[in-house]
Amino acid sequence: MSMTRAPVRDFLVGCFVLVGLAAMAYLSIRVGGLASGPPGGFKVYATFDEIGGLKPRAPVVVSGVKVGQVTAIVLDPRYRARVELDLDPAVVLPVDTSASIVTSGVLGDRYVQIQLGGDPEVVKNGEDLGFTESAVILERLIGKFIHNVGVDKGEKTDQKDTGEGE
Amino acid sequence: MSAVRDLGALTLRFVDDLGRLAVFGGQVLRAAVVPPVRLRAFVDEMYKLGVLSIVIITVCGLAVGMVLGLQGYNTLARFGATNSLGAVVGLSLIRELGPVLTALLAIGRAGSATTAEIGTMVATEQLDGLRMMSIDPVHFIVMPRAAAMMVVMPLLSALFIVMGLFGGYLVGVGLMGVDGGAYLSSLESSVDFNDDVLGSLVKGLVFGVLAGLVATYRGYTSAPTSAGVSAATTSTVVVGSVTVLLVDYIITALWGV
Repeated sequence: MSMTRAPVRDFLVGCFVLVGLAAMAYLSIRVGGLASGPPGGFKVYATFDEIGGLKPRAPVVVSGVKVGQVTAIVLDPRYRARVELDLDPAVVLPVDTSASIVTSGVLGDRYVQIQLGGDPEVVKNGEDLGFTESAVILERLIGKFIHNVGVDKGEKTDQKDTGEGE
Repeated sequence: MSAVRDLGALTLRFVDDLGRLAVFGGQVLRAAVVPPVRLRAFVDEMYKLGVLSIVIITVCGLAVGMVLGLQGYNTLARFGATNSLGAVVGLSLIRELGPVLTALLAIGRAGSATTAEIGTMVATEQLDGLRMMSIDPVHFIVMPRAAAMMVVMPLLSALFIVMGLFGGYLVGVGLMGVDGGAYLSSLESSVDFNDDVLGSLVKGLVFGVLAGLVATYRGYTSAPTSAGVSAATTSTVVVGSVTVLLVDYIITALWGV
C-alpha cells in the first residue's frame, strides 16, 4: 500500500487521463461528427424524387470540394424526399443552382453535388433549390437494360419463329 | 444418474456464485458512496491499471489497425471499393474490436494482477488484520481498484481505437496507396456519434465495471493458499473474458451498437 504522495506518479496518471480524454474527444467530435467539417449555418433545402442511399452527414460538394453536409432527410406532403443541407455561409448560390445525388465510385457512398448557376439573384437562408437531379439506382438501370435486351431478342426470335422460350 | 447430479451441482454453484458476486457488487457500490473518499489509493490504482497498460494497448491497437487495413484493403479491392477502407476500419474498431480487445487485454494484464494482489493479502491474513482494526477491506482495498478499473477502461478503449485508426491509415494510405482524404472522409461520414461512438464508450464503461468486479471478487474470495491465489487469478482471466464477450453480444443485440 503506497499511501505516500508520489508527484511523478500523479503527473503520469494526469497525463494518461488527458490522453484518454483527448482520444475520446477526437472520436466524438471529428470521427463521430459532433462538430465536423467546414462551418455551417447556411441552410437550404432540395427536394428529390429518389435519394438512393443518401444518409444524414453525407458531404455536400461544389466542384469536388466539401462545403457542407446533409443534416436531415424527411418526406414532404407529396411523398418526395426533402433534404436539408447545412452549408458554409461563404458559398453564394445563384437561384438556378442545381443539386444532384451522385455516388463516389460504383459502390461508394452517396453525396450531394451542387452545380452552381449563373443567375444574379441568390438563394437565401432557408430557401429551396430550384433544380434537383435524383439518385441513379444501379439496379433499376440494369433492370431496364436487361428488359430492353430481352425485348429485342424476343422480337428477333419472333421473326425467325423458332419458338424459343425465354 | 450421477451426470445429472453433477449438472445440478454445477448449476447451483454457478447461481450461488452469481448471487455472491451481485451481493459483493452491492457492497462495493455502498463503499463507493460512504466516506472517506480514498482518492490517494484510487490514483495509485489508476497508475497501475491505466498508465502501466498504455504500452500494451498502444502496440496492440496499432497492430490490429494495421491488420484491419491490410485485410480490409484486400477484400475491398475485389469490389473496387478501396475508398471505403476508412469506414471498414473505423466501424469495426469503434463498434466492436476497440472495447472488446481492450477489455480482454486489460483483464489479462491488470485484472489478473489485481486478483493476485488481493488474493495474496487474503493468504497472508492482511485483510483480517484490517478487519481487526475495524477497517472495512471492501472499502479500503476493493473499492479503489474496482473504481479505477471502471474509469480506466473507456480511456484505454478510446486510445486503442485511435491507435487502430492510425494503424489502418499507415497501411492503407502509406503501403497500399489508398487516397488519404478518401480514407478520412469515408471514416468521418460513416461513423456517427450517437450510433457508434457513444455505444463504444458505454461498452468500455460496462466492461470496466465487469472486469473490476470480477477481478476484485476472485481475489477477495480466493482460498488462502498459494494454489488458491493461482486458481483465483486463472479464474479472473477465464470468467472475465467470457463475461465480457457474452455481455458484448447482449449489448449489441439489445441496442444495436
